[in-house]
Amino acid sequence: MSGAMLYGFCSTVLVGLGLYGLIVHPELLRKILAFNLVGGGVFLLFGVIARRGAAIGFGGDPVPQALVITGLVVAFAATALAVALLLRLFQETGRAILQSDKLTDAPSDNSQP
Amino acid sequence: MAFDAGLAVLVLGVASWTIAARDTFAAVVGFVAYGLLLALIWVRLAAPDVALTEAAIGSGLTGGLLLGASARLRRTESLAVGEKPAAALRAATIGLCILVSAGLAAIILLLPEPAPTLAALAAANLVATGLGNPVTAVLMAYRAIDTLLEVVVLLLSLLGVWSLTPDHLWGSLPSPHYRADSYETVTFVTQLLAPIGILVGIHIFWIGSVAPGGEFQGATILAAMWILTMLSGLVDAPAVNRRWLRLLLIIGPVVFAAIGLAGFAMAGAFLAYPTNHAKLLILIIEVPVTLSVAAMLTLLVAGPPERSSHR
Amino acid sequence: MNLVFDVLTVLAVCAGAFFFLAGTIGLLRFPDALSRLHALTKADNLGLGLIVLGLLFQAEELFVALKLIGVWLLGLLAAATVTQLIARAIQPAGLRD
Repeated sequence: MSGAMLYGFCSTVLVGLGLYGLIVHPELLRKILAFNLVGGGVFLLFGVIARRGAAIGFGGDPVPQALVITGLVVAFAATALAVALLLRLFQETGRAILQSDKLTDAPSDNSQP
Repeated sequence: MAFDAGLAVLVLGVASWTIAARDTFAAVVGFVAYGLLLALIWVRLAAPDVALTEAAIGSGLTGGLLLGASARLRRTESLAVGEKPAAALRAATIGLCILVSAGLAAIILLLPEPAPTLAALAAANLVATGLGNPVTAVLMAYRAIDTLLEVVVLLLSLLGVWSLTPDHLWGSLPSPHYRADSYETVTFVTQLLAPIGILVGIHIFWIGSVAPGGEFQGATILAAMWILTMLSGLVDAPAVNRRWLRLLLIIGPVVFAAIGLAGFAMAGAFLAYPTNHAKLLILIIEVPVTLSVAAMLTLLVAGPPERSSHR
Repeated sequence: MNLVFDVLTVLAVCAGAFFFLAGTIGLLRFPDALSRLHALTKADNLGLGLIVLGLLFQAEELFVALKLIGVWLLGLLAAATVTQLIARAIQPAGLRD
């Protein structure tokens, strides 16, 4: 099963990479991308656990695999909602980054469609 | 083993590119490639259903969504230059990430040996459900409540996306207006590919009961074909206050929940199936759920209404 | 007979991999976008086609072989469309009737 263990360590590095991208990038879209990377790493960890549970002629334990399928769909739903929020923020304020300085002037125009 | 090592290094390389790329568009392209390589890893981990789902939803639909968003946000790229964090913050973040990764690696090394597994239980009851694919049996029979809640979560996130509409546009058309291009390239491809795609989607949904596949993978392909026809300008996006659209969206969860409640009468618990009718009930649930999920995925990619229905 | 099929598979897949390598080198080294597109089409048509040809020798039944060819044709369709669209975006057709 050493192939599965290799992918397990790969998933931990993916989580670390994604966490770095989530914290360091000021652009919100890059944060969403990095968050999806973290999600991919976590699902991969589930997959390694499923692979280690191979028995009775199945290649892997089907229960964690079904959990990952559910997780992938829910992660897409969350990403879609996050992107919609981001685009709306851009429409309202004209910027799509997380600012570190003090509050700027309140946006005065609600932009037209 | 060498193949696994090479694949793992490749995935880490593409993930690093996604984090380190300067341009957001390049990062999104890297993310799509990362998703497809991840699908290969799923095949190596003997999980073909998950590989199909990852390639379709994780890489395909999410990639399309993010590409559209990055195209719209292109003008904000220059504003972010002044906001990049200092070197001290970067170093601290790298330290934190190494800590988190090391913690997870320790968990992997401490996993119990021999590995606990539910495969035997899943196999033992497979005949009673009438299915041949254990993952579909888990999704639709053993843990059917998870699948019901997953469909409801999709619907709720769609409602969340719709709630972002400006007041005066409530109930109108989502997504920008795509004109059929004068070169007719996309039109030709759509007219050729959409029937094939719909057939493939229905096949993958149907074959999910005995082979890798299933309703979410099939629904994603159907959603992709609808998105393709909208992108080519052949079909305009439906206004979100159309009754047929709203009926299409709710018919899946409603049928699922109804059969679940009927399980009290038939077999004594929520979402319990009587043994000799299990396959039939699962099929009656799966067909409307596939159609509803396809509509939900399409509308999630299309986004909140942004165009008035009146010209 | 199996040995012959295996040898043919290895040869075809290696040839396909060579075309993918050539396409990637072209993508990295060609000067402008249009010639890079040209390099990529070699990878898609010939590279994927040779790999599918190699795998055809390993297919157990006719339906699997037909699905493999279908995969190649769909890949061709997608690549051709995208290449056209990118090329039009770079350089719109000069002559319109």
